[in-house]
This record gives sequence, C-alpha cells and structure tokens, in this order.
Amino acid sequence: MAKFTGTVAVTGLNATDNPGPGVPVIRALRRSPDFAGRIIGLAYDAMDPGLFLPGLLDGAMLIPYPSAGRDALFARLAHARRRFGIDVLIPTLDSELPALCDHEDILAAMGIGVFLPTRAQYDLRSKARLFELARDHGVPVPRSEVLTDPSRMYSIHASFTFPIAVKGVFYGAQICYSADEAVAAFHKQAAEWGLPIIVQEFVAGEELNVAAIGDGEGGLIGAVPMKKLMLTKQGKGWAGVTIADEPLMDLARQVVGAMRWRGPLELEVIRDDAGDYHLLEINPRFPAWVDLSAGAGQNLPLACARLAAGHTVAPLPAYRVGAAFVRASVNQLVDISALEALSVLGERDDTPTAPASTPQERAS
Amino acid sequence: MTAGIDRLSQLAISPTGFIFDPRSGSTFTVNDTARTIIEGIQQGKGLDDIVRALSDAFATGATDLRRDALEFARRLRDEGLLPADFELV
Repeated sequence: MAKFTGTVAVTGLNATDNPGPGVPVIRALRRSPDFAGRIIGLAYDAMDPGLFLPGLLDGAMLIPYPSAGRDALFARLAHARRRFGIDVLIPTLDSELPALCDHEDILAAMGIGVFLPTRAQYDLRSKARLFELARDHGVPVPRSEVLTDPSRMYSIHASFTFPIAVKGVFYGAQICYSADEAVAAFHKQAAEWGLPIIVQEFVAGEELNVAAIGDGEGGLIGAVPMKKLMLTKQGKGWAGVTIADEPLMDLARQVVGAMRWRGPLELEVIRDDAGDYHLLEINPRFPAWVDLSAGAGQNLPLACARLAAGHTVAPLPAYRVGAAFVRASVNQLVDISALEALSVLGERDDTPTAPASTPQERAS
Repeated sequence: MTAGIDRLSQLAISPTGFIFDPRSGSTFTVNDTARTIIEGIQQGKGLDDIVRALSDAFATGATDLRRDALEFARRLRDEGLLPADFELV
C-alpha cells in the first residue's frame, strides 16, 4: 500500500499516570515506515505533556473543551484546517465524540476526514445501555442497573450481591463492599462525571482488553488482544503483552458484528475462573496502549488514518503474540519559552506549513 | 501422550528457562530440571523417558528424579497448564 502522506490531527495529549491515547496513537503512526505525513496535536491545555515530546508533532493547537459546544469546536477545526492543512482527525477521548458523530458531512465539507461510529452506535455502547447488547445479541454482559438516586444503594442488595462495581457515566469505576461505600462512590463519580451512575455486578477474574477497528459493515479491520501485566493504583495498565485467546477474539467479532461498529474501539473483558468471558465496557476510541498494536504488526492508528482519509483498507494481517509494552514516566526538560506560543497564540508550528490538500487528493 | 496438553504445548520456552504463556500472558522462570520435564511432556515422552533425560543431564539418582518429575507434573496441573486428569506415566 502507498505511503500515507496526509496531515493527521490527534487529540488526547494528556500523558500523566492516567494518560490519554493521543501520544500512543501518534507514536504508532510515527513508527510505521508507511507514514510519511504530518501530525498536528490538538490539546486542551498548554501544559499537556504530549506537546513537549521531541519529534512527536509537526505543530500543535489548543482547542476548546467539549463543554464549549460543537460550534466552538468546529470553528477551531476549520482554523486548524486553514492553518495546518489537516486532512484527517483522530479524536481519542470519549467526551469528544458526541460533537463529532453524525457530523462527518460538515467535517468533510471543511476537508477533514474522520472514521467514527454513528451516534446510535456511540449511545448503545454507553455503560448505561450496554445490557441491551446482552438482551438483543446474546453478548455476555454483567447485569447492571442505572441509578440517579443514591438512596437506591441501601436496597441494592435485593438485586445484587456485594461487592458491586459503581461506575461513572464516562469514566471511573469503584468496587464497593457495602451500601455506605456504594453511596460514597455514587457521589464521587457523580461529582466528577455527572449522572447517571451505573451499578454493575462484580465479576472476579483476569482482565483482558482488545483494541480494534470496526469497518462499519460488521467486520473487523484489525484487533489486538492484550493482558495487563502491571497496574497502577487506578487500575490502569502500566505494562502488558499481546496474547493468543481465540474465545476473546470471537467475542470481539461478535460485538463488532452485532453493533456494526465503525471506527476504533476498546473492549474491556473479564475471564472468570470458569473460563467464561464477560464484556465490562466498550470504549469508543483507541486505548492508551494502542501503540502496542503497531509493535505487534497491526498498526491500528495508521489504518484509522487511512480510513478517515477515504482510502480502502483490507483487514490487517495477523498480530504477533508476545509483543509487550512497559510504560515509563519521564521528565521532559524544556525552556519556559516552549510554553509561550501555545499560551499566547494557542498554536505552534514546528515545521514550515504545507499547503492544504484537496479532498480529491486525500482520497487518492 | 500430547492429547489434552494443548495449554502446555503452546508455552514458548527459551533456552534460559524463561517461559511465556501466550493464552494468559503470564511469564515464568524455571530451572533446567523443570525445563527438561516440560519439554519432555510437550514432546509426548513418558515418565521413564523423562527420568532418563534428567539422569543423563544431571547425574542424580533415578528415585529422586522420578519423584521430582511427578511432583512437578502435579504443580503444572495445579497451575492449570495440564488438564486436571493428566497423569505422567
């Protein structure tokens, strides 16, 4: 396949101990010999660590938080298109997608390609509705209940056996062993992410993850399963390895097929002691370990960039089992002037600006 | 002899004794004795053949080796790498 020469904008450049997927997406693009394009980082804060990694970006821009609304975001993206000639956008945060799903036509009119789920797909995979996959398609999903009233926790034992998982609507999960603990978790998650709160049956076992891209027709462009080898206190993977697990891949195929998922996603799965699989969550974007897919021979971010540019992408070759990652936390030494452009102007150009390509060129 | 040992047969074993289980993602380190036993079971060898291989390699009494091999096979069963009904005979 020809080299990819477009300009890709990537969000989610936070890279703390709970990193966004933006930097790993860019690292995956950079490590491919087939990537000959430019990368523009879209950040919410001038201090986002991904803005300062040497060699990562060709330019950067601040964008408004999702709470500012779609119009503000699209105005900024239109500016990014003019300023940096971005051809493709890979959003990597859940909260960004509601403003983008079902608006590919507007983005396309700007000259920006995306490869995203529909709003209906995005809504169906939400924690509050995941059980519909079990009901309608037989996907093994732990029982759950959607709550807006914390007092329900004092009668939840009638429906669930403690411990239970108390989850925020976007992020966050806490295992609770009592009603009091569950009420506290309700308020904590609600304060951070709003309502509703989801109570989910707790399933003990090994946590497994799959990073994948659905083609929108019910098939997989690629999928890489991973077992976390080391966790942070927040339960985030700090090291992991690709594994051979055909039942897990069957589950991924079942989910993507049932939803006709379009775009990147991550499945969070538990394999219990009996060897049964339970789908805990579907994240509607790449995970922060997605550069492992490139290390394992399936460069999912590059495939996504090609699809967003309108290229035809065949299913990727088999991934390599035993590819591992170990995350590192490093201090990036920069002069304070490195903050200046983003803080004052809201953008930074690290290379001479290339002229914007036309949609026809992007699709070629 | 190899029937029913799919999990064990999939282990990737390096000459240093570093083992990767591609299904669980787990890694183990074993000594030369244990590696010889695992490789013997992978190759479908019976207890006598494994004891002979150990004896050739480590010059230890056959009684000890037989006991060690059986004990290690039990350990592999406990770890789920061999079926619960597997017997090294």
